[in-house]
Order: sequence, then C-alpha cells, then structure tokens
Amino acid sequence: MTAAIEMVDVLDEPQTIEGRSPFTLALRRLRKDKVAMISLVVIVLIVLMAIFAPVFTAITGHPPNEQYRDIGLTPDGLPRGPNGTFWLGTDDLGRDILVRIAYGARVSLLVGVIATAITVVIGVVLGLAAGFLGGITDTILARLIDVVLSVPFLLVAIALVSVTGPSLTVTVLVIGCFSWASVARIVRGQVLSLREKEFVEAARSLGAGDGRIMYVDILPNVIAPVIVYTTLLIPVVIVTQATLSFLGLGLPPPTADWGGMISSSQNYYTTAWWFILFPGLALLITTLAFNLFGDGVRDAFDPRADRS
Amino acid sequence: MAMFLLRRIGHGILVLWLISIAVFGLFFVAPSNVAQTLAGRQATPETIALIKHRLGLDLPVWKQYLHFLGNALKGNLGFDYYHQVPVTKIIAGALPITVSLALGAAVLWLSLGVFNGVISAIHPRSLADRGLTLFALFFYSFPSFLLGLLLLYFLYFRLTLSGFKWFPAGGYSPLAGGFGPWFQHLFLPWIALALLLAATYTRLTRGSMLDVLGEDYIRTARSKGIRESRVIVRHGLRSALTPVVTQFGIDLGQLIGGVVVTETVFSLPGLGQTAVVAINQQDLPVIIGIVLFASAAVVVANILVDIAYAVLDPRVRLH
Repeated sequence: MTAAIEMVDVLDEPQTIEGRSPFTLALRRLRKDKVAMISLVVIVLIVLMAIFAPVFTAITGHPPNEQYRDIGLTPDGLPRGPNGTFWLGTDDLGRDILVRIAYGARVSLLVGVIATAITVVIGVVLGLAAGFLGGITDTILARLIDVVLSVPFLLVAIALVSVTGPSLTVTVLVIGCFSWASVARIVRGQVLSLREKEFVEAARSLGAGDGRIMYVDILPNVIAPVIVYTTLLIPVVIVTQATLSFLGLGLPPPTADWGGMISSSQNYYTTAWWFILFPGLALLITTLAFNLFGDGVRDAFDPRADRS
Repeated sequence: MAMFLLRRIGHGILVLWLISIAVFGLFFVAPSNVAQTLAGRQATPETIALIKHRLGLDLPVWKQYLHFLGNALKGNLGFDYYHQVPVTKIIAGALPITVSLALGAAVLWLSLGVFNGVISAIHPRSLADRGLTLFALFFYSFPSFLLGLLLLYFLYFRLTLSGFKWFPAGGYSPLAGGFGPWFQHLFLPWIALALLLAATYTRLTRGSMLDVLGEDYIRTARSKGIRESRVIVRHGLRSALTPVVTQFGIDLGQLIGGVVVTETVFSLPGLGQTAVVAINQQDLPVIIGIVLFASAAVVVANILVDIAYAVLDPRVRLH
C-alpha cells in the first residue's frame, strides 16, 4: 500500500529526488492517519471557537457573565433547559451555557498551551544540562527530578493555589513547575546515549563549545520524543486545570471555565442534565481530540511503531 | 546487591529530606492567619500572640523546621491545629480507605488492561485492536471528576430512581462493618479509577507483548508445536509483564496521595479528602504530614520496583 503510493510519487516527478528528513517522513505518515487528521480538525474547530467566542455573544445576544434571572431561570429559580433563546440551556445563575462554553475554551486552551510550553522548555533545558554536562550538575538535577516526581502533585498544587489565591498565572506556574521533571527525565536519558556518538566528538574537534553542542548538535536529535510528549501533555494539563477549577481553585468567578461550570452543576445534576452534560462534553471532546492526535503523532514519529 | 540496596535507600531518604524542607518552607513562608482563625473574630492581639506561641508559630522558620524534623524522626508528625489529634493518628485513620480504594481498583485495571492489551497484541491493527485502543483512549481522556459524576448519575441516581438501590451516593463503610456494605460503597469509585488507569496498561501490555511475540524463542516455541494459547501466556505474557509490573508499582505509590478527586467526588474520607479539608482550614501539620507520607509512599514504591527489576534483570545491579 505504502510502496504503491510512493511509486506513484516517483513516477509523477521523475526529475526531482529530494532527500527526506525523518521529520518530513513523520509528517507524511501523520497526514495519512485518518483518526489523527479528524482529531486535528476538531482541535482547530475548538481553537476557532475560543478565538471567536465574542461571535457567540453577537449571535445569541448573551454576554458570558450576564445573569438572566427572569428569562434564564424557571419560576423556582432552577436552570432552564435548551430552548430557542438559550440553545444549550442556562446555568444556576441564568447564564447562557453555550456562550460560557465558548469563553471557557479560551481558559482551557490558554492554560493548556502556555503551561505545556513552560513545562517543555524547563524540561528540555534541565534535561540537556543533566545528560550532557554530567558530573555534579547531573547528580543535583537527577535528585531534583526525583524530588519533583515523588511529591503528590495534585495535593501540593491545591495547597499552593489555596495559599496564593486562584488566578490564571498561578495555575499556569504551578502546573509548569511540577510537570517538567518527566520531560527532563526523557531528554536526559536520550542525551546520555547521544553524547557518546561520533558527531559530538566531531563537533568538539571542530572547536564547538558545550552550549553549541547541546543546542545545535544534540537538541535536534531529541526533538522527536519531545514533540510526542508535548502533544500528549496538553490534554493532561487541560484536565489538571479543569480539576483545580472543579475543586474550587480555578479562576475567580465570574470567569467562565469548564471545570468550574461542571463543579457548580454538581448540585443540579438530578434536575438539570444539560448543565453538566454540555460543559462535560466540551472538556471530554477536547481532551479526546488531543489524545487521539497525540497518539497519531507518536505512531508517526516512532520508527519502531508497528505498521505490520 | 546489598550495595545497590543501600545506595537506593540512601537516595530515597535524601529525596524525602529535600521534600520535607521544600514543603515546610513553602507552607510556612506563605502568609497564614491560622492563629486569627483559631482565636475567632473578636480576639485581642494578645490572644493571637499567645496562640501563635502555643503552636510554635512565633519561632523562626528554621527552628520550627528542626523541631518538626526532630519529632518526625521519632515518629511524631505533630498535632492538628483544631482538635489536637496526632497527625499520625489522622493518617492511620484515613489510610485504610485510600488503600481499599487503590487496591480494589488495581485488581480491576490490571485485569482489564492486561487482557485488552494481550488481545490487541495478538491481532495488531485488527478491528478488535483499534476498538480496544479507542476504548482505552476514551476513558483515559475522561477527567476523573467527570467520570465519577457520570457514574453517580447513572448507577446511583438513575438506578435508585428505578428502584434498584444497589449503590450509595458516596461515603465509606469499613470492612469491619461487613463485606457487603464495604463493597457497595467502593464499587463505583473502583470503576471510576480503574477505567482511567486501564488505558496505560492496555498500551503498555500491547507494546511489550508485540516486542516479545517477535522474539526468536517464541518462533521456536511455536515450531515445537506448543499450543498457541500456551505460547502466548506462558512464553509471551510472562516476560512481557516486566514493564507492567514496574508501572504498577509506581502507580500504586502515587495513588496514596493521588486519589484526591475520586475521594472528593465519592465523599470517601481517605488521605486525599482529609488533605483537601486540611488545606481549606490551613491546618499545616496535617497538610505537611500527608504530603510527606504520600511522598514516602512514592519513594518506597520506586525502591521496591528497582529491587524487583534488579532481581529480574542482573544487568541493572551493575549501574
């Protein structure tokens, strides 16, 4: 199957035979993965929803934090189900769930991307340093990695956020500062074997310094596992943020975020199914799309992946 | 082997000591108004000062730490601020609940994960493989609190509404009070936790089974005419389980302090929920005690895993 397609490629453009880097090969494999591509489309849609959240307000006429205590709540003060005015129903304060889901996507994606970026940068820098420099640097960093990996993350995160007070910055920092250790460990392991390779010796004999060897020669070789890990880390971070919100340590109200919405729906799950269902679905679809995409990325970048 | 063990245990103690410093520093440096809370709204500054003095909060942080460390080495983790109960007693009370939850779920996720992983590996890329992978990823993507709430909605609320009072809304019933109630109270939390964790094991078993089934000795076993089921279980699965056992040890250690959400959703007063309550009350000795205890569980689990590894694979001992 694969061979046949590549044959056609060759026949189409017989003159140009360009070298394919492992990266382009991986991208090509990824593009053929239907599940991964569908997930990517879903991710793009969620990103668009987050960017264009104000459009939802424009269409429905409902700002995210506006409480419609008259038309948005039943006479008993309960949330209203999906109807012509509120397409996905209202929450306990009479706010439009659809609009809040759109705005909530901003929080999830923002935290997911920024916290993951911090995690990966810290992890790669420290992992490179530990693996390449060795000696006392490695000993100290390796113990530090052990410490961070042994601490019960969620407990400490809850404790920290409760001490500092919840905010976007705190959430991002707490997640970033506690997740880098696994990235560092992966990178360190790879670098340990890479630094003995001939190309490092070659670079050194050409007069390259430690910094140059680490970032110019070695880094490109560890980028594949880092990319895979990054894609799979984003959904974990999104869930962590939602979990903190669920435990009451998310963003201060009235900011819309999915975990917080699900948390406040708890008291109504027997009477207002839409209140938990739609924010829950939004969160689940997002993490599922990222995980399925990440799975495809892993298969595409892992040369040992079974394509038998 | 003895040297390896000693070094490993030494590392573990070092890590725990560092964690104790970090946790202590973190929480004691942070602004706290425990004394104010304890004294009540109308307390005079003198009363607050007196309470601070009684709790030892007026000492410099390093003195408080040395005091704490000295006591901890004697097995005393201090007393909680509100009822003066020893922290060790609080942990001892909550631990059986967390352990019941973790071990029961472990049985489920191990059987589910390993079984699905083997099925996937026997027929890679088949419909069954893809279906099981999707199944695993689906539950892996579930935020644990959402899965817990859904289970409660369908298996508690809906079932009870239809007249089947099989599962309670939450809470815990000790094993001493009978196996039936204990089982009923833990069944939904077990499922919630197991579905979440099974995915990792499905993937791990599948990958490692695929590697092993490609080995020469498996071909040899097959060519000797051994039954396929025996080849898969006795020759394949047995050696494929090593990474699974490793992961299992690590996960079990982490669950001691990591089932915060499941315990909260199902109102199980285990270590996680106790810690959350303590955090809300700024009950520092309890927070520090539980965080340290949970870290110790991870450290011990990692050492046990390393030992198991060294026993299984002699090459590890040399490093």
